[in-house]
Amino acid sequence: MDRRRFWSATRLVAEREVRTLLRTKGFWIGFAVIVVGLFAMSILPTVFGGDQTKVAAVGSQAVDALEGSDFEVRTVSDVDEASALVRSEEVEAAVVPSGDGVKVLALDDPPTDVVAALRTAPQVELLDPSAVGQGPRMVTIMVFAVVFLIFGMGGAAIAQSTVVEKQTRIVEILVSTVPVRALLAGKILGHTVLTLGQAVVLAVVAPIALRMGGQQELLAMVAPALPWFVPFLVLGFLLLAGMWAVAGSLVSRQEDLGSSMGLVMLLVIGPYFGVMTFSDDATVMHVLSYVPFTSAIAMPVRLFALQAAAWEALLALGLLAGTVVLVVLLASRIYSGSLLHTGGKMALKKAWAREE
Amino acid sequence: MLTVTSISRSFGDHRVLDDVSFEVRPGRMTGFLGANGSGKTTTMRIVLGVLAAHGGAVHWEGAPVTGEMRQRFGYMPEERGLYPKMGVAEQIAWLGQLHGLDQATARRNTARLLEQLELSARAKDKLEELSLGNQQRAQVAAALVHDPVLLILDEPFSGLDPIAVETVLGVLRERAAGGVPVLFSSHQLSVVERLCDDVVIISGGRIAAAGARDELRARYGTTRFEIVVAGDAGWVGDVPGVRLVDVDGPRAVFEPDDDGVDQVVLEAALRKGTVRSFTPVVPTLDEIFMEAI
Repeated sequence: MDRRRFWSATRLVAEREVRTLLRTKGFWIGFAVIVVGLFAMSILPTVFGGDQTKVAAVGSQAVDALEGSDFEVRTVSDVDEASALVRSEEVEAAVVPSGDGVKVLALDDPPTDVVAALRTAPQVELLDPSAVGQGPRMVTIMVFAVVFLIFGMGGAAIAQSTVVEKQTRIVEILVSTVPVRALLAGKILGHTVLTLGQAVVLAVVAPIALRMGGQQELLAMVAPALPWFVPFLVLGFLLLAGMWAVAGSLVSRQEDLGSSMGLVMLLVIGPYFGVMTFSDDATVMHVLSYVPFTSAIAMPVRLFALQAAAWEALLALGLLAGTVVLVVLLASRIYSGSLLHTGGKMALKKAWAREE
Repeated sequence: MLTVTSISRSFGDHRVLDDVSFEVRPGRMTGFLGANGSGKTTTMRIVLGVLAAHGGAVHWEGAPVTGEMRQRFGYMPEERGLYPKMGVAEQIAWLGQLHGLDQATARRNTARLLEQLELSARAKDKLEELSLGNQQRAQVAAALVHDPVLLILDEPFSGLDPIAVETVLGVLRERAAGGVPVLFSSHQLSVVERLCDDVVIISGGRIAAAGARDELRARYGTTRFEIVVAGDAGWVGDVPGVRLVDVDGPRAVFEPDDDGVDQVVLEAALRKGTVRSFTPVVPTLDEIFMEAI
């Protein structure tokens, strides 16, 4: 096969895919929802979640004890005034002198946060100070899993565009003009470029949103893992793209698309739930970080949490890349075998066996 | 020149093409005739590489056809289809590029073709906004945009109104006159009759007849004569050496067994009275077709 001819066909197909998708309203609406959601997630908690616990304090000892806490402290002159405030629920608790120390007044529930703040915590010495805390780790898992889910589902557009070509039968002109593999390669390339483009926009917008919401710490947390996440995300997308294309090629009408997309959807949602569910289980996460479908989320998370070495990441990337090559090769055979098929849904086995 | 040599193809146990051979010569319109299911579309798909042949070969200018050659062929499939949501001019130009044109040439050719096919006013519309007839014209443009070296059109006139047929025909004739071999299938024999220089007749997956239209007429056409006299023409059947094909009052159609018997009939008719007309009957493609298959 003439390589130059192959690539110019691939490029033309990719360009058309990008142009067509950029022109659909659904694409922009979907993308706008993600961006708006991002801003909402980062800004809304500060707007609504800003209520501090109000505490009344009597005496200097109580005031001293509450110093440095997150509470809104109201200093009052005596215990009666403090208990009146508690009764009228103007404050959640009151810290009043009692013997040598202080005691806490509350209405009907022991105020655990206030109690915790008053308790003198023992000094902690971290033996492995570089390890990342549970909170930041969970946030990273969330962010990576959601991004993977969104882009993985975005690959469904490949199935859509394949079935449009089959349904309108333009596929016959395309197949008689350029190699089928160039059609497949062009579709995957076009949608990968689009996904990367969206990822870049999100990468630019996310820091702005987080800063607007005053959540710089979160940004600082996720940032170190990003350079690893990007190649995993791109390869993970390529893996799914090949399968989305097959899902589209097996049916002849848009209406039947649902029947062939189920498995691919499972492969997108599965890793999301898998990683979310087993995020605390080190052994399972270790395994998931090598399995091609879940490694795109699990390995960057382990890297972020400093639980994996660089060589492990490279190995997982290699495994993923190998699977991508394998899946794309399989996909191109099935795609060729089923592209000209019309009628009901084609069985995978039949598509595989069918010669051109 | 396109040469199809002995191609065959089966779907499962069903053999749809068997030892099919024919040529499509440069500068000539070749009509591809056959009933539904006779193998026309399968043959065309094999020539275009959409289907693989199970035997035989397709040659272009003496060399086996490659993908690179096919990129320069023009094809209008039986099942029409372009991108419904893409602009007419935009997608024709895009297809031109896919066929190997650079962008400027593709755009120029598109504009010229749309002009010729009287579609310029709809150039910016989405394909789905066009009437079916106009979509068909766009489909013709899609097959021609890259100035193909060979044109293969599956039922190019079905679904066209008579004016559109003339428009499309004009465009195809121009290509043929420019030296491009044109192969088009049709089941409307009268259309083919008017258009084609050569005819290939396929029946049950086998070539029943192939050659120049006039040659086929001579080969398959029996020499028949029609005579119209003033009175009843029933007596014509009594002339020795005459086989009466049809008689209807003063009109008779007959086949002479030997050269000269027609003149015997004419002389007899003149002796009996008035002869209103006496003509040889040229067979139509319909008749050749019925005879050949």
